[in-house]
Amino acid sequence: MGNRTPLYEAHVALGAKMVDFAGWDMPIHYGSQIEEHHQVRRDAGMFDVSHMCVVDLRGARVSDFLRYLLANDVARLTVAGKAIYSCMLNERGGVIDDLIVYYMEPVWFRMVVNAGTRNKDIAWLRRHAPSFGVEVDVQEELAMIAVQGPNARAKAQAALGTRIGAAPQLPRFAAVESGSLFIARTGYTGEDGYEIMVPAEHAEELWNDLYAQEVKPCGLGARDTLRLEAGMNLYGQDMDEDTTPLVSGLAWTVAWEPQGRDFIGRPVLEAQRAAGVPQQLIGLVLEDKGVLRSHQQVYTAQGVGEITSGTFSPSLGRAVALARVPAGEVGECEVDIRGKRLKARVVKPPFVRNGQSCID
Amino acid sequence: MSNVPAELKYTKTHEWVRAESDGTVTVGITEHAQDLLGDMVFVELPEVGRVLKSDQDCAVVESVKAASDVYAPLAGEITAVNDAVVDSPELVNKSPYGDGWLFRMKPANAADLAGLLDAAGYAAVVAEDSH
Repeated sequence: MGNRTPLYEAHVALGAKMVDFAGWDMPIHYGSQIEEHHQVRRDAGMFDVSHMCVVDLRGARVSDFLRYLLANDVARLTVAGKAIYSCMLNERGGVIDDLIVYYMEPVWFRMVVNAGTRNKDIAWLRRHAPSFGVEVDVQEELAMIAVQGPNARAKAQAALGTRIGAAPQLPRFAAVESGSLFIARTGYTGEDGYEIMVPAEHAEELWNDLYAQEVKPCGLGARDTLRLEAGMNLYGQDMDEDTTPLVSGLAWTVAWEPQGRDFIGRPVLEAQRAAGVPQQLIGLVLEDKGVLRSHQQVYTAQGVGEITSGTFSPSLGRAVALARVPAGEVGECEVDIRGKRLKARVVKPPFVRNGQSCID
Repeated sequence: MSNVPAELKYTKTHEWVRAESDGTVTVGITEHAQDLLGDMVFVELPEVGRVLKSDQDCAVVESVKAASDVYAPLAGEITAVNDAVVDSPELVNKSPYGDGWLFRMKPANAADLAGLLDAAGYAAVVAEDSH
């Protein structure tokens, strides 16, 4: 038996198909993954993301700590509640994890890391925290529900009533506390919405309140097709400890300025940039019928690469993928599917954003 | 427990086989198999006239989640394919034993049909699968 979130019973009661995900028993879908996908693109859906790990970092020098630990620069966060997306790198410039970190107070940042990397992330944070006098406090008792879709915010506001607090005024990529809730205007679907942290004992109540507003439950299957359409990387597939952000489509998350800021992995990234980044992460749309899958070989004018994430896009009705291929002009592109070479078009992700196709 | 019609024959690899009055057999994947795979998005079928050995992979069904080979339950020749599932793969989910059939074949040896699993035998395979 795997770990169970506070919403496990609620999933089973809704008829979810449960699967193991990074040691957690999680819902993959509640009937139809494709319908759940459309629900989020067209209206509002909710995901149990309690398996993700919330870590509070506190101390007078917490900002210095994170400026050393993360490739993006938390000094860019000057308004309480604002967040950045960043990679946390090892000394080789490889990605230990990708995460969101919220600036709450000068002495308090809140970080959300992936379930599958939780133990190594915490170990890494704890290894470097003492020299900055930073306290690493894992929030075991928090559940998290992501409410996503064009109607997500309105429905969440209806479900929460006064508990919504100041969340309706949140700009994108920012969070606010409201009573025991922590409400962030973030997500992993390419749609507007909230990610709401809630004490475990109140998680089911919140879930039911959202359900009563016809926010439909959605599983990890839809979460994956939504994030891929949105051109968002998945840790462990599109990047890992052996790939730098520069070969993972994440150069935009590396804060090179100020040049004096020393962060773990910086020398390797500088060297890679100076020598010429050898690979690139590109978006592909399959022109023929079929489904793109991770590890399929991609043939380009510059040589052979590989799909890192591929799927059938329910919004576009065709297969899309992220692929790591040699740097340079990609040219004509073909993907090997079961021994047949099929034509793929190179596009710049995202494939879909706010319910609209971005590729035609 | 998923639906396992008594009048059909089955394989361990989750194909169902129906004997037709003209001596051909119709082949599809079982309700259990489509349920495991989830929402179907792509189906590739063999060419009519192709001659297959028993257990030879000859079609592919792909869901959002995964691709799965479909095997010839018997040796024989493909006599017809269901083009409707190529255009609408979700038929395999909606009606695995009906409109979601995949192909028809003329068995090389009609007696081979008796060697396939009956409904009880296949139900046992499914039960074992879910442990």
